[in-house]
Amino acid sequence: MARNPVTWLGTPAFPVAAKKALTDTQLRRNLRKATTTIRGKRSLAVGELPDWEDLRRAGEAVKNEVLSNLDSYLERLERSVTARGGIVHWARDAAEANEIVLRLTKAAGADEVVKVKSMATAEIGLNEALEAGGVTAIETDLAELIVQLGKDRPSHILVPAIHRNRSEIKEIFRREMPDAPATLSDEPRELAEAARAHLRRKFLTAKVAVSGANFAVADTGSVVVVESEGNGRMCLTLPQTLITVMGIEKLVPSWRDLEVFFQLLPRSSTAERMNPYTSVWTGVTPGDGPQEFHLVLLDNGRTATLADEVGRAALRCIRCSACLNVCPVYERTGGGAYGSVYPGPIGAILTPQLMGNLQDKQTASLPFASSLCGACFDACPVRIDIPKILVHLRGKVVSAKGKRGPEAIAMSALAWVMRDPKRFAAAQRAGSLGRFVAKGGRIGRLPWPGSKWTDSRDLPVPPAESFRAWWRRTRG
Amino acid sequence: MASSASRAEVLRRIRIALRDNPQPAPIPRDYDVSRDLGDLIDVFAERVADYRAIVHRVRAERLTVWIDGLLEARGAQRMIAPTDLPEDWLSPDVEWQRDSPPLSIDAMDSSDGVLTACAVGIAETGTIVLDAGVGQGRRALTLLPDYHLCVVRAEQVVGTVPEALARLDPVRPLTFISGPSATSDIELDRVEGVHGPRTLEVIIVQD
Ligand code: SF4
Repeated sequence: MARNPVTWLGTPAFPVAAKKALTDTQLRRNLRKATTTIRGKRSLAVGELPDWEDLRRAGEAVKNEVLSNLDSYLERLERSVTARGGIVHWARDAAEANEIVLRLTKAAGADEVVKVKSMATAEIGLNEALEAGGVTAIETDLAELIVQLGKDRPSHILVPAIHRNRSEIKEIFRREMPDAPATLSDEPRELAEAARAHLRRKFLTAKVAVSGANFAVADTGSVVVVESEGNGRMCLTLPQTLITVMGIEKLVPSWRDLEVFFQLLPRSSTAERMNPYTSVWTGVTPGDGPQEFHLVLLDNGRTATLADEVGRAALRCIRCSACLNVCPVYERTGGGAYGSVYPGPIGAILTPQLMGNLQDKQTASLPFASSLCGACFDACPVRIDIPKILVHLRGKVVSAKGKRGPEAIAMSALAWVMRDPKRFAAAQRAGSLGRFVAKGGRIGRLPWPGSKWTDSRDLPVPPAESFRAWWRRTRG
Repeated sequence: MASSASRAEVLRRIRIALRDNPQPAPIPRDYDVSRDLGDLIDVFAERVADYRAIVHRVRAERLTVWIDGLLEARGAQRMIAPTDLPEDWLSPDVEWQRDSPPLSIDAMDSSDGVLTACAVGIAETGTIVLDAGVGQGRRALTLLPDYHLCVVRAEQVVGTVPEALARLDPVRPLTFISGPSATSDIELDRVEGVHGPRTLEVIIVQD
């Protein structure tokens, strides 16, 4: 079977990549500035809703409902989309999804597609696959454009170019955008204007657009894209053919369920009451928008993730990126160190599960890329207990590697601490559990500031039971 | 065919993955469906303006005077109108292009703006929703022109997101608009004006 492109070939294991990233002071400064800003704004946006915790619980429950009956909801979605004139495709893995998109693009007579930012298509390496098939993919989201022009890699779910500051962006535009004005300054407004001018013709002439989906409603077949710039609307409205690639977990049962996520998502991601544009479409509407609509349902490791009773909660993720913005490890290492389109806390639990290969050194290092401070869980709008899944996956890594490897030693230190609530509390006070993992897991050089968060929150005690069960088993 | 084999395989994998037969808890709907926000129109006007959209509140009988005045002040000469926009909204001093037969992309792109009605306004989030209903037209009409003038009637404004969704039909093409086109991609700070209309002007009509 082909390698899953969710991780980037050649990225070193997290501790090594992180160490290198830590020496890049510009990167750290850019990240600290951006994440500090967004953290402050997010707490204001969240604080404005008195029922925030109720919304989180509802969001969690809606997603659990979908995951527990995923087969029937997918079949229902397929029926509703088909009834409204859309065409549904199923893809077991990245290669199959890429092949479908390439085939549909060629059938539409296009050698170029405009793209709305989408994690699913980044995960499967669609742009590269299209390129190899003779089709050019044009990223139209400002941050994706910055990454594409800078021949760079994304480092954040929401803002893939978060590691670049305004003057670096100006340099990239000046260098790579032939039509950028010679007088371009680093004023964000001018940079946005340059991107607008650069992409305008492409939008107006594109025959085919490729998008992801934030949500799809099983009952009605409606698909939702949440965005800011209007590049999404351009792609979803102007071309004749629209191809949407969607992870199979992106469903909600009914229209009403979106009332929960339309509140959770914008406040968690861009920290706004509402993002500038949200588009909802159902199949094909005669005379309005694309007259050919394809929905590609993507597995690519999701069913394997679903099979893990603890790990499956990661499939609730709505890709808001709040967990990245509050993570002390992410803030220092940046997204690149995680070697995947999914960085940060969600990446640490999702990437290894999608990859499904814990023998791979880089993949196996990801669940250790955390101090278990728990800030991610508090921020997560669908209440994914990321620390719990991290500990669970660490256990699996160690089982996969045998109990005498360095990770096993690290895990035993961690286990020793965690078995006893008093020791655990002491470890929390001393700094964070990361210290205990550090030695054997060789991530000791990261500054672990966990205490800043741990003081004011509940113990992120990973589910004592399953942890102990793991410990008995591996020690045994 | 590959496709039906893939479909069967994905569904089979899901059924195997769910062999533990997880029993999800019922969905707790304890969150607020509506909420006391004070005067809805005040809140709506204030929050639309928070996104740096331009907001005016006018009395119904003054609406057309306002439309004329705003378009004149902007120097708009060629405006787009959905097919079923009320005739008396069309200022006499402007050249209007109705979307029938459907306007070309270039015609929309080179116009000075578009005037529409809307389906729903959401006070809490300062959002306007278009559903391609009366006076709104197809989606491209409100996307390509650089200026969108939108008329919201007071009775179209609801308090919360749940109240808005209850009024909308999801199988119509919907566009939720919260302020002018913007991006947060440069240092996570919101900057207005990318691909959608860079100026959003809203007229709230009250009796
Ligand atoms: S795990 Fe939660 S906080 Fe992180 S991106 Fe997903 S939904 Fe957002």
